Amino acid sequence: MKQIIHLTINGKAYEVAVKPNQTLVDLIRYDLGLTGTKKGCEVGDCGSCTVILNGKAVNSCLVLAMEADGCDITTIEGLETEEGLHPLQQAFVEKQGAQCGFCTPGMILSAKSLLDKNPKPSEHEIRKAISGNLCRCTGYAKIVTSIQAAAEELAK
Amino acid sequence: MSQYDVINTRAPRLDAADKATGRAVFVDDMKMPGMLYGALLQSPHAHAKILSIDTSQALKLPGVKAVVTHKEAGAVKYGVSPARYDETLFCVDKARYVGDEIAAVAAVDLETALEAVSLIKVDYEELPAVFTVDDAIKEGAPQLHDEYPGNICAEVHQEFGDVKSGFAESDLIKTTIFKNKRQDAGFIEPQGCLAHYDRSGRLTLYSSTQVPHYVQRTVAMVLGLPIGKVRVVKPYVGAGFGIKAAANPMEMAACLLSMKTGKPVKMSFTRKQVFMYGRARHQFVHKLTTGVKKDGTIMALEHEAWLDGGAYASFGIATVYYSGSLLGGPYKLPHMKYDGYRVYNNKPACGAQRGHGGVAARAAWEQQLDMIAEELHIDPIELRLKNMMVTGDVTCNDLNMSSLGMKECIEAVREKSDWDGKKGKLPEGKGIGMACGFFVSGAGYPIYRSDTYHGTVIVKLTEDGGNAIVYTASAEIGQGSDTTFGMIAAEALGISLDNVRVVSGDTDFGIDLGAYSSRQTLMTGHATKEAAESAKNQVLKVLSDELNIPVDEMDVKNNRIVFKNGPADFSALRTRYLKEHRGWTDHPTEDHLTFNEAARIAYLAKGSIVGTGKYKPPVLGGKFKGAAVGTSPAYGCSAQITEVTVDMKTGQITVDNVTGAHDCGLAINKTSVEAQMEGSVSMGLGEALFEEVKFDDKGNVINCDLAEYKIATALDMPQITPVIIETNEPNGPFGAKEVGEGAIMPVIPAILNAVYDAIGKRIFELPLSAERVFFAMNKKDKE
Repeated sequence: MKQIIHLTINGKAYEVAVKPNQTLVDLIRYDLGLTGTKKGCEVGDCGSCTVILNGKAVNSCLVLAMEADGCDITTIEGLETEEGLHPLQQAFVEKQGAQCGFCTPGMILSAKSLLDKNPKPSEHEIRKAISGNLCRCTGYAKIVTSIQAAAEELAK
Repeated sequence: MSQYDVINTRAPRLDAADKATGRAVFVDDMKMPGMLYGALLQSPHAHAKILSIDTSQALKLPGVKAVVTHKEAGAVKYGVSPARYDETLFCVDKARYVGDEIAAVAAVDLETALEAVSLIKVDYEELPAVFTVDDAIKEGAPQLHDEYPGNICAEVHQEFGDVKSGFAESDLIKTTIFKNKRQDAGFIEPQGCLAHYDRSGRLTLYSSTQVPHYVQRTVAMVLGLPIGKVRVVKPYVGAGFGIKAAANPMEMAACLLSMKTGKPVKMSFTRKQVFMYGRARHQFVHKLTTGVKKDGTIMALEHEAWLDGGAYASFGIATVYYSGSLLGGPYKLPHMKYDGYRVYNNKPACGAQRGHGGVAARAAWEQQLDMIAEELHIDPIELRLKNMMVTGDVTCNDLNMSSLGMKECIEAVREKSDWDGKKGKLPEGKGIGMACGFFVSGAGYPIYRSDTYHGTVIVKLTEDGGNAIVYTASAEIGQGSDTTFGMIAAEALGISLDNVRVVSGDTDFGIDLGAYSSRQTLMTGHATKEAAESAKNQVLKVLSDELNIPVDEMDVKNNRIVFKNGPADFSALRTRYLKEHRGWTDHPTEDHLTFNEAARIAYLAKGSIVGTGKYKPPVLGGKFKGAAVGTSPAYGCSAQITEVTVDMKTGQITVDNVTGAHDCGLAINKTSVEAQMEGSVSMGLGEALFEEVKFDDKGNVINCDLAEYKIATALDMPQITPVIIETNEPNGPFGAKEVGEGAIMPVIPAILNAVYDAIGKRIFELPLSAERVFFAMNKKDKE
């Protein structure tokens, strides 16, 4: 039976009816239409569904929508402001952090979660932070470079 | 400084912001009013007769709109190569692998569709199955296809020169046998599609594909539709690496279900289904015998290959030819014999994957060349340089190296990696290795026999004169092709990239064979350049009439008209332009005529300015059977030096760094070239160290997820130093050629050679798991 939950996504409050077996990623993508969050495996292996939930990067395919009741969530759509792209997004544009782009939203959110807590990460810390986000295109080289560039920009 | 304004730079990708913001639309992000959801019923048996299919219970389930089997689909045979069309959309008489498609359902939601699938009753009679090459070719083995006795899908026998005399002249003859493992491409977006058959009889298929054109043809052929009524559109695609380079049964099932229901039907593979469908790199066994003279001169290569093909041919005919032909270079090789066999068995079909057909063979040979160098006391780099082809050389199997910066690649990585300071000087457990490789810049011939153009492009100037739109059916799948063609069009038009928009991946825009065989930069690039030049010349022709200046005395550069013989009086044109824009605040005031003004004037004279371009390669290759496979207008080439650390207690390998150089002709976008090199290292590293699709004894994939099937994470990847080597390829647009696949060729053998350098033991089977390395090291200890 569906149940009403309340959650905040990208600063906007939602009241939605969700099924007990519905995952957060399906709620975000299919019910709320925030399709920037991707679905690559549905079992928490690939990281393309990463969102930031209460300050922590999580695989939204491993969270039941009901568990997100009362939570504060940031998806890729929540990073831009009226001023433009978030520095991480800008860095991914400039340093070619994306190829096919399917892992990119999750990658950027894992990086944001890292930089929020650790503004000056080492390269190893960056690699560790995105090690749950699989990318088959880039060899991660330009992703790491993008995150480093964003960290520098944010530190200014 | 580059002579170019737009190309040969590091321009950001045109799609970068869409991808960084989540705006880029992939097929599963799409939704249509009234859309239904489809699901497939797939065989649970590796080999079974289908006695009956009962769909009645499924059809009764509320919410189910259609159920289709071979009865509705018919039995038109299809596949990749017309020479081996061996598949039907749904199994007719029997299933040949776990996952073979039996039926499909469309319902109001996915849950209902899946429940309906479970209600379809199939009466199977299980048949004995075979899962290995050895078992499949045994006398009396179960046969997969009546038409292909002995389970031989294809065999190739070629000899160039005379290997016997080559061996007779050799001082050292070396034989090794090498085996890789079946791979999965590991793209992050599973295949998906959305088919919409409208009431006027037109079918539109949105699909996660590399090849809209081939999908359009296959769908039309299998479903019996006029090809002009079928449109295939590729939204953004989460990579493909070869696996999405042919029509898949899900796409056709969605189309059929949409035709039956009149509603849009969406279908997606789960990750498990991606593995079940397969079509990625074959498992190869390569037996190589190489003869060399004492001074290291390579005299002859005798090569026998066995390909574990799976249940259907897929790309396998091309694979078994590529596996032989791609050893024809880049070394001077007077005599080469090749015997290749591709064998059917009851596993998912293998197909094409990055470095199609050549990756395992290259790994096997580059390792063997290192062994030969050691026995001859020659530095492995010197052995390679001694035998290396140069620009203008033609291989014994008629591949023309119209540009080949192989020596420059080798010299670059030797210097950048400090090879001379490290080779032979590293402590135990540390190793350095090198390897080379090359690949086609586009297959010389289409997959089906045809005189078709390989690419057609339309460049239309917007009627206001300010911008150009490139329409191409080519496939941006992550490699950056849209940006490449935008840059080529901008350069050819003489305008900035900001003023160019690229619309791609739609069969309505023309013919493009798609993203495979590293073909688009060269082939679609040529067509783009021609189309842009045509549009530019149409503008100049109008100017010529207006200003009475010959066309060849004008050009366009940096968004302005260049009058080569000094300033021209264009005041009348400007006046006309300004009159049209009363009240506007951005009037041109420059002392030059802008392209915007000129293109507007051209529109006023001629209507819409549309340039068209086309490309097909010249007739390539020799006269022998299979001569087409391996031909290309140009070849890209790569050298890599890799350093590894091996834990001498556990056998665990860490790749420390990779220095790679690739000759891509002229780099249209330097950042994208590096990105392809880096991505190649990650795929090759995975195959070298941990990737293997595993099966149980019933033919089920047992590691059908991305936890158990390991691909490289950010923590597995070494420091990569990419070096771009630029030659001027005479057959490429602006001198450009491939990078997407050539760069993977040296990855595995460079690791193999580095591991040997670290542990003193050769390993002839992939992946180089800690276990395999451990046992190899212990074997050494006993000796």
